[in-house]
Amino acid sequence: MIRLNDISKAFNQGQPNEFWAVRDVTLDIEDNRITVLRGPSGSGKTTLLSMIGCLSRPTSGRILLGERNLSGLPERFLTQIRRETFGFIFQRFNLIAGLTVLDNVMLPAYPLAPDHGALVQRATALLEQFGMGSKVASKVEWLSGGEAQRTAICRALLNDPQILIADEPTANLDTRLSQEFMTIIGELKAAGRTLILTSHDPVVSDAPCVDRVITLRDGQVQAD
Amino acid sequence: MLLSPAILALIGVSAVVTALLLLASVFAVRVLRHWDIRSGSELQLRLERSTYLISTLVTFAIAAEVVALLLFVYNAEGMHTQFVGAMCATGVLNVNAWGWPALLLKIAVFFAGSVWLLLNRLDNQGYDYPLIRLKYGLLLVLLPLVATAAVVQLQYFLNLNPDVITSCCGSLFSPDAQGVAAEVSSVTPRTAMLALYGSGALVFASGAIYLWRRRLATLFAASAAVAFPIAIVAIVSCVALYVYEHPHHHCPFCILKSGHDYIGYWLYLPLFTATALALGVGALAPWRHIESLRTAVAADARRYAAIALAGFVLFYAVATWAIVRSNLTMAGTWW
Amino acid sequence: MSHFLRRQRYLIDFTLASLGRRKGKNLGLLGVYTLIVFLLASVMLFSQSLRREAGLLLENAPEVVVQRMVAGRHDLIPAAYLERIGKVRGVAAKYGRLWGYFYDPAVQANYTLLVPRDQEIKSGEMIVGAGIARTRGLGAGDYLTFRSAQGQSFAFRVADVLASDAELVSADLLLVNEADYRAFFGIAEGMYTDLALEVRNPQEVRKVAEKLSVMLPDTRPILREEILRTYDALFQWRQGIVFVLLAGSLLAFVIFAWDKASGLSAEEKREIGILKAIGWETADVIRMKFWEGALVSLGAFLLGYLAAYVHVFFFDAALFAPVLKGWAVLYPQFRPQPFVDGLQVATLFFFTVFPYTVATVVPIWRAATTDPDAVMR
Ligand SMILES: Nc1ncnc2c1ncn2[C@@H]1O[C@H](COP(=O)(O)OP(=O)(O)OP(=O)(O)O)[C@@H](O)[C@H]1O
Ligand SMILES: [Mg+2]
Repeated sequence: MIRLNDISKAFNQGQPNEFWAVRDVTLDIEDNRITVLRGPSGSGKTTLLSMIGCLSRPTSGRILLGERNLSGLPERFLTQIRRETFGFIFQRFNLIAGLTVLDNVMLPAYPLAPDHGALVQRATALLEQFGMGSKVASKVEWLSGGEAQRTAICRALLNDPQILIADEPTANLDTRLSQEFMTIIGELKAAGRTLILTSHDPVVSDAPCVDRVITLRDGQVQAD
Repeated sequence: MLLSPAILALIGVSAVVTALLLLASVFAVRVLRHWDIRSGSELQLRLERSTYLISTLVTFAIAAEVVALLLFVYNAEGMHTQFVGAMCATGVLNVNAWGWPALLLKIAVFFAGSVWLLLNRLDNQGYDYPLIRLKYGLLLVLLPLVATAAVVQLQYFLNLNPDVITSCCGSLFSPDAQGVAAEVSSVTPRTAMLALYGSGALVFASGAIYLWRRRLATLFAASAAVAFPIAIVAIVSCVALYVYEHPHHHCPFCILKSGHDYIGYWLYLPLFTATALALGVGALAPWRHIESLRTAVAADARRYAAIALAGFVLFYAVATWAIVRSNLTMAGTWW
Repeated sequence: MSHFLRRQRYLIDFTLASLGRRKGKNLGLLGVYTLIVFLLASVMLFSQSLRREAGLLLENAPEVVVQRMVAGRHDLIPAAYLERIGKVRGVAAKYGRLWGYFYDPAVQANYTLLVPRDQEIKSGEMIVGAGIARTRGLGAGDYLTFRSAQGQSFAFRVADVLASDAELVSADLLLVNEADYRAFFGIAEGMYTDLALEVRNPQEVRKVAEKLSVMLPDTRPILREEILRTYDALFQWRQGIVFVLLAGSLLAFVIFAWDKASGLSAEEKREIGILKAIGWETADVIRMKFWEGALVSLGAFLLGYLAAYVHVFFFDAALFAPVLKGWAVLYPQFRPQPFVDGLQVATLFFFTVFPYTVATVVPIWRAATTDPDAVMR
């Protein structure tokens, strides 16, 4: 369970262009659910998501991950928690060009330095599970949108995180691929994971597997 | 002054290292003034990021100082042909009054820097950085030490006058000479050996107690701090004689040469490493009661103590071996 | 420990791949870096080997040489001085030496004429150094004619050419016998150029010199150790000067390195952002960048040092010899013995790798502390 308590985030604090992107958000996100953040552009979805995922820190307020208080933790420790607990799928996939699919998938594990053979095995198994078995050795720049998406999912799952976070995961996909993606999301939930997504896309927010939709406006939660 | 590339390099390195630490100190002062771990403000975020820069700068500076220490000794060794009366590094360090202080300060920088890095490493494992004020305060102490070392070294090189007739190991360490070096070497081998093995026993005992019971870390550090100078004195007054197989050759540097199987490295490397780590154990242990550091202190200090003990074992073993295998017999004539 | 090593291996793996992905930029850096190492290493190796060669040569020279001074100028010394010295404690042997210079207008070069002590040369014959043999195209059996001090022509038959192993000093040597030497230069019997004293124990050299200057007030004793020391200081100094002169290029290199390290392309910035977002810590990124610098440095250092080694020891330092050696006409073909020296490598390290690393620390830190959430924008 993730608890947000009066979370606010300011940019350019103390300067004339100070801007509060998220204001006093209080939320509980339950385990093993699919939660979707929705709202107009600029409403603070990405900002909120990155605070939940320990990519950034709130200016004020408290975030509790289970029992653990995450606010006030320095970046060094946020990163440790992040790589054990969260997997990320980005809108633009953010694969590193020039590396193979396999290398890209294995990257999140490098700082943890597991045994190399075991790591290759784990990554290959994941890729096969998502139907990417034949692409293991190809460079990522030649992948189709759907394949890149699945590679990104494999990368997010490599460290076996409890929570998956996806920011606009379907923005670069057509409807069929978006639906396919939501099927995968449903399967991941069935496997026991918690998922938090942001999206404008009705395919996402209206998908049957989604448990909860939260609407943001001007950095504040509107209503369930 | 003598203008050789090695001297230029040494002067340059000391200056740059001082500048790097100065830069680190500027950031450290900023951290000391504005640090508030609870705050999520952008300022705090920037301060946290600057801690990475400070760590990197100090690590790099100390690493450079270690290599520079080696270069300093090599250079002194290489220059002995340029001074009348100098047979090796000892004579070159003796050319003026700054030589030995420069070397000792460099060694002090090594120990102080190593302990700081160990402390920094520990603190970085506590999620609330509990020692941040302490360690950056200490950094502000390290800076003048490094600066002094740089200045003294510069004085030494500026005052290197090739016309000076210097005195080398033979006369410097001879019993009728005066000064620290003479006193160091006039310690009889018997006293030196007793002190060497006595302090060694103390180090092993306190280290073993620490490893088993997690107690008396300060005693371990203190005994290492005592054992280190005693070991150096013993090398000069006794071990070196056995290595050279010559009852009056007291040089602490010639044992680094190939003619003596580089045995000096086998003595100095373990001794320096072990002493630094033992001092580190002493610096770490007091913080074991801090909640966020408990496991880190336990793991780190234990590991350092183990490595330090291994280093001391190696040092005393090599020293003993050097004495035993030597053809020089002093037992009959000296004691 | 193995965990630590394995992590470094992962970082190195990634670094190698990322270096490979930006070949152009990194090869440029490597090239400039290698060139700097090459320049400095060449200077060091070359002047160091000159110094060693000189030392080797002086090894067989007498410990003390006594010159007579007349009105502050070096003059011939009478053989009687040998008796006046008599028995000095510590002196193992003493003898007069005959040597001098001769200017050969034909090739505009100065030769050193010398009467060897341990070698019998027949009257009318001589042994020449390899440099002279080369410039005048001589071989054993050829004749060479010089005009003597009195204006007569002297024809010498070349009996032999000196072996060229320590050529730096023997290149301009002409060996003749004593009678020919005296006749050629018009030096009277009983006069020598200087006196040589052999002193076995180095501790006694100074004592001997002191006694000599009391006994023979119009002479000047020259000690071998003094010459060696002057040589040493001179070569060190020359090297230092060249390094100071090269400081400009070093500075340019540092600025170049700084620029390369801080001018990350958008692509590289994005990559670091991705790494941080997927769980790399700032310290991991710094370590990765450190390995990048270390690999480039190591490569450049090895390549540059190797190239300098080949340049100095196999191509006679063709690029620098004219500047550093100093005499030109009888150009010695100088094949120094190859060697590697710890002091030198450590010094070179501080002139190349150290400034490179200093220049890149801050840019690396800047790059490594990009916001991890930047990739979400
Ligand atoms: N680093 C920053 N500095 C200044 N302002 C920022 C920064 N990051 C985000 N903002 C501002 O915060 C607001 C919220 O941004 P955010 O990316 O969270 O919106 P969003 O809901 O994800 O929008 P979209 O649907 O377009 O992705 C925006 O107005 C944006 O301009
Ligand atoms: Mg967004």
